[in-house]
Amino acid sequence: MLKTYTYPKYEYRTPPEIAAGKTLKVPVVIVGAGPVGLGMALDLDLQGIPVLLLDEDDTVSIGSRGVCYAKRALEILDRYGVGEAVCAKGVSWNVGRTFFRESEVYNFNLVPEPDHHRPGMVNLQQYYLEEYLVTRAAARPGIDLRWKNKVVSVTQAATGVSLTVETPDGLYAVEADWLITADGARSPIRRMLGLEVEGKIFMDRFLIADVVMKADFPAERWFWFDPPFHPNQSVLLHKQTDSVFRIDFQLGWDADPEEEKKPENVIPRIKAMLGDQREFELEWVSVYTFQCRRMGRFNHGRVLFVGDAAHQVSPFGARGANSGLQDADNLGWKLKLVMDGKAPERLLDSYSEERVYAADENLMNSTRSTDFITPKSRASRTFRNAALSLAKDHAFGRSLVNSGRLSVPSFLVDSSLNTPDEDPFAGRMLPGAPMDDAPVEKDGAPGWLLQSTGNRFQLMVFVDDPATADISALSQLDVGGIAVEPLLISRVAASACALPCVHDVRGIAAKRYDAKPGSVYLIRPDQHVAARWRSFDAAKLRAAVARATCQQ
Amino acid sequence: MALNLNPNLSEAGKRYFSAYSPGDDFYELLIGAHLDLSDEQSELLNARLILLLANHIGDIATLREALAVAREGVQA
Ligand SMILES: Cc1cc2nc3c(=O)[nH]c(=O)nc-3n(C[C@H](O)[C@H](O)[C@H](O)COP(=O)(O)OP(=O)(O)OC[C@H]3O[C@@H](n4cnc5c(N)ncnc54)[C@H](O)[C@@H]3O)c2cc1C
Repeated sequence: MLKTYTYPKYEYRTPPEIAAGKTLKVPVVIVGAGPVGLGMALDLDLQGIPVLLLDEDDTVSIGSRGVCYAKRALEILDRYGVGEAVCAKGVSWNVGRTFFRESEVYNFNLVPEPDHHRPGMVNLQQYYLEEYLVTRAAARPGIDLRWKNKVVSVTQAATGVSLTVETPDGLYAVEADWLITADGARSPIRRMLGLEVEGKIFMDRFLIADVVMKADFPAERWFWFDPPFHPNQSVLLHKQTDSVFRIDFQLGWDADPEEEKKPENVIPRIKAMLGDQREFELEWVSVYTFQCRRMGRFNHGRVLFVGDAAHQVSPFGARGANSGLQDADNLGWKLKLVMDGKAPERLLDSYSEERVYAADENLMNSTRSTDFITPKSRASRTFRNAALSLAKDHAFGRSLVNSGRLSVPSFLVDSSLNTPDEDPFAGRMLPGAPMDDAPVEKDGAPGWLLQSTGNRFQLMVFVDDPATADISALSQLDVGGIAVEPLLISRVAASACALPCVHDVRGIAAKRYDAKPGSVYLIRPDQHVAARWRSFDAAKLRAAVARATCQQ
Repeated sequence: MALNLNPNLSEAGKRYFSAYSPGDDFYELLIGAHLDLSDEQSELLNARLILLLANHIGDIATLREALAVAREGVQA
């Protein structure tokens, strides 16, 4: 029981299959209703696929877990219909302070780049995120969310998967064409299927405490290297919602988790850190070790792995749930095309290819942060301390200090789904890039470019005036049954436009995409650039869509 | 040539999407070079590295400046 939050208890209902003694047949089953399984269900729902979502528990994430949700995750959550709730409840922070021993070495102000809908990140306890996702999923008739339904066995055949599900009322069987495994880091399903996950455990322990501050405390991120109140280790302080602060104490490998967790040991540490006067109450305390590892590939026949089940990172840089949501973002539309017979099963190999690439980037960045924060040798510690001592006065020193890098989406520049550029473009919206947002008006109302994209293939066509667009060439674009919807991005307001159109009032979209009148961008349903040209060519578009969907 | 104290690392042909990437790339190489070395061996590696880099920079005025900045942060 927390002081600031009451865990919801979701209702278990007896599955009708138990009394009927029948096997439940479904197109897709998702196992695990954590943030990633829930996001996955909402993604497939947007694609019009009915889903069965099973979870062995009947509440949200307990205790101290995810805190920081980064911009790309917030944009995906917008697509799932919960971005607004998360941003409204979450807290934003811009100022970070870095301390080395007694003194502050530098601070930074991450003023968000203007003209994006969502900030670089918000902080929010994971249980709120899950609660909002559950509320949304429960309201969708296409999502059959079942609590206290634990998968206890799984077998895979060429065209589907059979599961046994255990409930308080007994067992029942499920047959599904596809299984999406979102059952978390320990992934019982992964084990049942005898699949491996490779990587390493960091030989270190962290005390993670959530405390409620009684007094005002700034909404800033404070990171200490080797502070006097906790010598030779690191400490992180972070604000969450409801005056709850997250504190991470590095403990070292030899610490005894049970001892460290005791309030009589935790409270003095926090007092020493806050300097005794400020009042606080303990909300939750746990001791963690962290792993960095991933599966060799994320698709295995009819079984697809997403989130922590597929990959795990240390929490420096907050990449777990953030990257899991991007797995869902990447997989939903691909599975839909394969299920509809519009793309070969090979398209799912690209899910693994692209998300393994992203996982490796996340593993690399969180390993680098971990290695900087917890040096493994004397030489490494000396370099770290040298970088910190140079950071006070010199910009280059600050750029080397790594107390966790903010999670940013991968640029999938090497993806086989991209059509390489043949026309010159400046900027960073190259094939494989996650779309940059921009302020636009739609029907005279202010909004955002990302709100007009997603869930289907689109062709962004930059025009000076919508009246000049070749309407007949752009309407009813269809490539092997896959519709490509045009979206005109216009420099002038269009009163009556025959095609979907947004008004690039300040020219920011054109600038970010280095677009000139006539430039076109093929956008994937997950808001990534697939191809772009300086002018529209139906044959080239057809080839690019075929490439982006493995139809070739 | 004045001593450059702003971030200045990059690799030809590589495209960066985050400002921190080139510095982190280098730092990983640097720490990786010390893998499996004893403290004494690490010291020797660092000394060799400084001599190599100094020769590459060439300009003694710049090196004098760098030595002064480095020394500022280390009290005898
Ligand atoms: C201290 C800490 C700090 C973190 N900070 C951040 C952060 O700031 N930002 C961030 O993005 N991430 C962070 N993370 C990581 C984040 O918590 C995880 O990445 C995220 O929870 C993974 O989501 P998931 O849905 O893949 O798995 P989980 O959240 O683990 O969910 C798995 C679900 O599967 C269910 N399940 C398991 N087995 C079965 C079964 N056999 N049958 C049915 N259901 C089953 C479980 O009940 C559970 O609900 C942090 C983690 C920790 C520990």
